[in-house]
Amino acid sequence: MEYKALSVTELNKYIKDKIATDEFLNNVLIKGEISNFKHHYTGHMYFTLKDDNSLIKCIMFKSYTTNLKFVPKDGMSVLAFGTISVFERDGVYQLYCKAMQEDGLGSLYKAYEELKEKLQKEGLFDEAHKKKLPKAPKVIGVLTSNTGSVIKDIINVSTRRNPNVYIRLYPVPVQGEGAGEKIVEAIKIMNDKNLADVLILARGGGSLEDLWPFNEEVVARAIYESKLPIVSAVGHETDFSISDFVADLRAPTPSAAAELVVPNVAELSQKLDVYNLRLKNALKKKIDIMKMRYEKCMKSRVYTDPLKNINDQYLKLDMLLKSMTNSVLTKIQKSKTEATKNIAKLDALSPLKTLARGYSIVQKNGKVVKSVNELNKDDIISLRLADGNKDAKII
Amino acid sequence: MPKLYNGGYNMDFEEIMKKLEEITAELEKGELTLDESVKKFEEGIKLSKECSKILEDSEKRINILINNDGNISEENFLPEEG
Repeated sequence: MEYKALSVTELNKYIKDKIATDEFLNNVLIKGEISNFKHHYTGHMYFTLKDDNSLIKCIMFKSYTTNLKFVPKDGMSVLAFGTISVFERDGVYQLYCKAMQEDGLGSLYKAYEELKEKLQKEGLFDEAHKKKLPKAPKVIGVLTSNTGSVIKDIINVSTRRNPNVYIRLYPVPVQGEGAGEKIVEAIKIMNDKNLADVLILARGGGSLEDLWPFNEEVVARAIYESKLPIVSAVGHETDFSISDFVADLRAPTPSAAAELVVPNVAELSQKLDVYNLRLKNALKKKIDIMKMRYEKCMKSRVYTDPLKNINDQYLKLDMLLKSMTNSVLTKIQKSKTEATKNIAKLDALSPLKTLARGYSIVQKNGKVVKSVNELNKDDIISLRLADGNKDAKII
Repeated sequence: MPKLYNGGYNMDFEEIMKKLEEITAELEKGELTLDESVKKFEEGIKLSKECSKILEDSEKRINILINNDGNISEENFLPEEG
């Protein structure tokens, strides 16, 4: 019996056609755990689905990935729907996945969720417990690997923001067995010896397994108990680790952590300059206002012609004085005229002139005698003549 | 082994900055007497100088801590190239 040898290509094509005609394999739903997940830069996703005993290669093209309601990760249990087909070049059959959803949760993910819930209930994530970051920390403590890009990124960003930054790296393993304990130790030593003013706990991106130390309970508790404020920057922006929740602040990336922790000295200096300017302007304004008030006062007549009031009073005084003098003078004049008139009148009435002409006044007992009837024989009378008095007796 | 520089974050910075903000706002209201204004101004300038000093009074140091059985020392750290 003669066999016709098939080429490999022919065989694979045959198998491919065979599978393609199988209706069951055209629309198949598989459950399994994702591993070796790769999101290719073309947008396609390559991964393996496995269970305890077996695995199958899977590919999900970009056009289907946009419908995913979650970010596939290693360790996740999923339900994948698609077509089984043969990739002829490699002679492998694989699942061309068209849709996928989470099937419960993978074991690691489950542990993560359980711990998260437990710590949350205990209050380890409470906002009230979170410490504020210092605005001008002198020493930045960094807990991460001393190799790799994370520490470099942190140094670069920090130095850019503050050329005089003081960074203290406490090197810790960031994945694998025992990493969690080392991180705990680092946090404790930084606290006990007060070696920094703020801590950055950082790690680059990785699978849930890689990030696991940051999801360990001991690490979470050490962060919670730290007296130094801690910024957690673990994985990519989309990764949330337990340490992110417990930390005083979560940074999406290690670079972002440096941005949050290291003050931008240029910015702060500028702020100080603005304050200086504001202070100066405020004082200048105050002085200007005082000056204006002063000038307004100085414009008052009181200051521009300070003697005017006094002069006015002088003038008034002078006028009063003058009018007073006048009235006194008038009064004196009037009295003088009257006196002269009275003197003339008196002069006219004076008996002295009459006496000088030879008349005399007869007086009896001090009274002027105006009638002969008043005189009797032997009365003593007094005669008043111009040049004197003489007594006489009536005969 | 040289004694390790211990923390030393100046807690005052935030307080000084806050005080500076308050003083500036108060002075800007213009309700103080001239005498008080001058005093506040001088205080504000003094605070701003203190802040500047805190910011400028440091020198760049990128160090790695070495834990030798609980004895911590530090050395200059240069990240590997590549």
